[in-house]
Amino acid sequence: MTDDHITETTNRVMTQWNNDQSNLLQMLIDLQQALNGIPESAINQISAGTRRSPADIESVIGFYSFLHHDTHNPYRVLFSDNITDRMLGSRALAEHLNSRLQDIDTATVDYTSCTGMGDQGPAALVNGHTLTRLDKERIDQMAALMETNTPLSDWPAEWFRVDENIRRRDLLLETDFEKGSAIKCALESGAEKILEELDASGLRGRGGAGFKTAMKWRFCREATGDNRVVVCNADEGEPGTFKDRLLLQSFAERLIEGMTVCAKVIGATTGFIYLRGEYLYLRDELESKLQRYRDAGLLSKDIHGEAGFDFDIKIHLGAGAYICGEESALIESLEGKRGIPRIRPPFPVTSGYLNRPTVVNNVETLVAAAMIAVHGAAWFRTKGTEQSPGTKLLSISGNCLKPGIYEYPFGTSLEVILKDCEATHVQAVQIAGAAGSCIPPSEFSRSIAFEDLATGGSFMIFDRERNLLEMVQNFTDFFVHESCGFCTPCRVGTSLLKKRLAKVASGRATGVDLEKMRIIGSLTRQTSHCGLGMTAANPILETLDKFPHIYEPHLLSTTFEPAFNLDASLEEARQITGRDDPDAHLQGGGV
Amino acid sequence: MIRHFTIDGIKVPFQERQTIMDAAMAAGIYIPHLCHNPEFRPQGSCRLCTVKVDGRNLAACTTPATDHAEVKSNTKKLMAMRRTLLQLLFVEGNHVCPACEKSGACQLQAVAYYCGMLAPEFTHFYPQREVDASHPEFAIDFNRCILCELCVRASRDADQKSVFAISGRGIHVHLTVNSPSGKLGDSDFDKHDRAAHVCPVGAILPKHTGYDVPIGKRLYDRKPVSMVGDVSDHEED
Repeated sequence: MTDDHITETTNRVMTQWNNDQSNLLQMLIDLQQALNGIPESAINQISAGTRRSPADIESVIGFYSFLHHDTHNPYRVLFSDNITDRMLGSRALAEHLNSRLQDIDTATVDYTSCTGMGDQGPAALVNGHTLTRLDKERIDQMAALMETNTPLSDWPAEWFRVDENIRRRDLLLETDFEKGSAIKCALESGAEKILEELDASGLRGRGGAGFKTAMKWRFCREATGDNRVVVCNADEGEPGTFKDRLLLQSFAERLIEGMTVCAKVIGATTGFIYLRGEYLYLRDELESKLQRYRDAGLLSKDIHGEAGFDFDIKIHLGAGAYICGEESALIESLEGKRGIPRIRPPFPVTSGYLNRPTVVNNVETLVAAAMIAVHGAAWFRTKGTEQSPGTKLLSISGNCLKPGIYEYPFGTSLEVILKDCEATHVQAVQIAGAAGSCIPPSEFSRSIAFEDLATGGSFMIFDRERNLLEMVQNFTDFFVHESCGFCTPCRVGTSLLKKRLAKVASGRATGVDLEKMRIIGSLTRQTSHCGLGMTAANPILETLDKFPHIYEPHLLSTTFEPAFNLDASLEEARQITGRDDPDAHLQGGGV
Repeated sequence: MIRHFTIDGIKVPFQERQTIMDAAMAAGIYIPHLCHNPEFRPQGSCRLCTVKVDGRNLAACTTPATDHAEVKSNTKKLMAMRRTLLQLLFVEGNHVCPACEKSGACQLQAVAYYCGMLAPEFTHFYPQREVDASHPEFAIDFNRCILCELCVRASRDADQKSVFAISGRGIHVHLTVNSPSGKLGDSDFDKHDRAAHVCPVGAILPKHTGYDVPIGKRLYDRKPVSMVGDVSDHEED
């Protein structure tokens, strides 16, 4: 790669993003796509154009796990490392690929957090593009293509196919939608009427927290400040979740209109879809759908013929950072910064993107809002419970015969769901992702609802063959990898928990170690800066209480064991001194 | 009319826009902290100032004071959590008090004494970190950095230089220097910068003066941090 080529490409990318420093992350992502990495020699040029210091730019690159400097490898394969991918054999496949590629230095193989393909794994990303349904045969074929330097555009399209996998439709998915209908209804009713309808529907945020959508929109509507913003949180990063993938892929019209209805209510001019980097494959299609809306007069200027109703939507990509699903970290990321959650208050509704009043809603929430704008609150309330009206999309994966996307009315019990997806001999269900709850069979009569088991949509099933300790380790590793590192308890606590779990798994732990895990876990839960840290110890704390038997067989009966073998660690000293007599050894490993 | 809240039953007056920490400091009530310095925008990352406000755990330095709030700070439970937080900081870096020239004037050490932390009970990370001695008058010992970001804030907001930044993620987060070589000697850093005098630990240290004040006669040697206050209040520019 010549210096001129780097300079030219950097210039083009920066111009495309208006040299605007709040678009720094987008520039870096596009530059990496164009040059296979971010050349260090481009940093000064970006710094001059964006007026952000080189150290600042490096700190952004250092935060997002997909970004890197190395431009020499034409292929970068990242295997999805969620427990459900692992259960389908992903680790063995990754090792197999690694061994196949040992003799060529044009590819790297590594792991990444859940890529949102739990129903069609094992999955991976190659240069950011999604690969599904991997098996040994395909890995061999991939290796052959990499050995001959075949560009991705010449790889079989079938390998990149992402299925919808809708297994059950209810209110949202079975009701037809006419393009433009939600915008039309919103303009006819007016902002206040729409807000009343939304309030009456009782719609609550589908990301997991369940904040009332009408209340969020009203707070923003009543906040002072110009240039309001609507953000769609499409950073679906919770391990085992993939239902937003479907909505973005096949129901994007409803999403676009839900955002536009929100813009009408709060008076926004700018909209963003913050699309997780793992869903890069959805970007071009989403862009063309947005363009079709503009062409139809349903986006951009004087929307649906209403003079002065101007609103447009941009797509921003993430780059491998789960924390950016937290709404204030997402806003920081939209501004081109490291995704560190903000101090609250102020809340985004009063001071969000570039300190403007901002509504951040999950994809499913905005889709539901569009449907409510058309069909009304009463229609929405025909399903669900009093406190959780409507339906919920679930992403079901793990040990069942029919993984995929299921739409259920709130209030549906786990028993019913497990029967539908044909799961048998179930040991546990992990609800709401790595940070969620691990539910034993004795609680399968409980139901999906904000008042019982709240979930963003992740539903992972583990049968009796599975070692739940591996699940706990997988989720704990996930939090170590995804902690932003800002606050002490989450940054250090998650790593300490990982070490203790490894000690348990290696059979060297005692009851004291479990007690220490409780102390650290409770500390991260109680003192962390944001929700990630507050829930990072959940996999351990939940299973210590509900599944103690997954720990107990690993414990030694003594009260204390060191994390290493004392005698073995003296080996180097013995070699240096040339001794191997009995006095140079510690009996019983040193304990 | 002056508004009040209570800390451990003591009535504390506060003004509009003050945080719990601001009001407590003004009233002479000590809440342990490391990343807070009233000169700069609070950030709430060390979490040592976690207090219970009407039943919720919140960082005192970032939580606005509210009328009639009941704040608990010096409880057994909160002190136990602070000790654990301190232990986390001690095992994360390489903090060897007896061999550290900052000993006795180090806020991490002083707060640990105040909270009753006797030993780091968790597995040490022993990270490999370098010392940057490239600057003629100052050195950075990254082994002792606790990521409070006070130097980052001071350099950006007070000095208008942005010499320091934070890079990496999670346990790999680290302090960086904005210069072509990444070394302090290559940066705009100056001994008169505010950023040179806000480090609560022995990470950013002036050269040639390490033992001018002998051990035993240092800031926290005779009085606890709760009475003496932050180390940066006692640094001469």
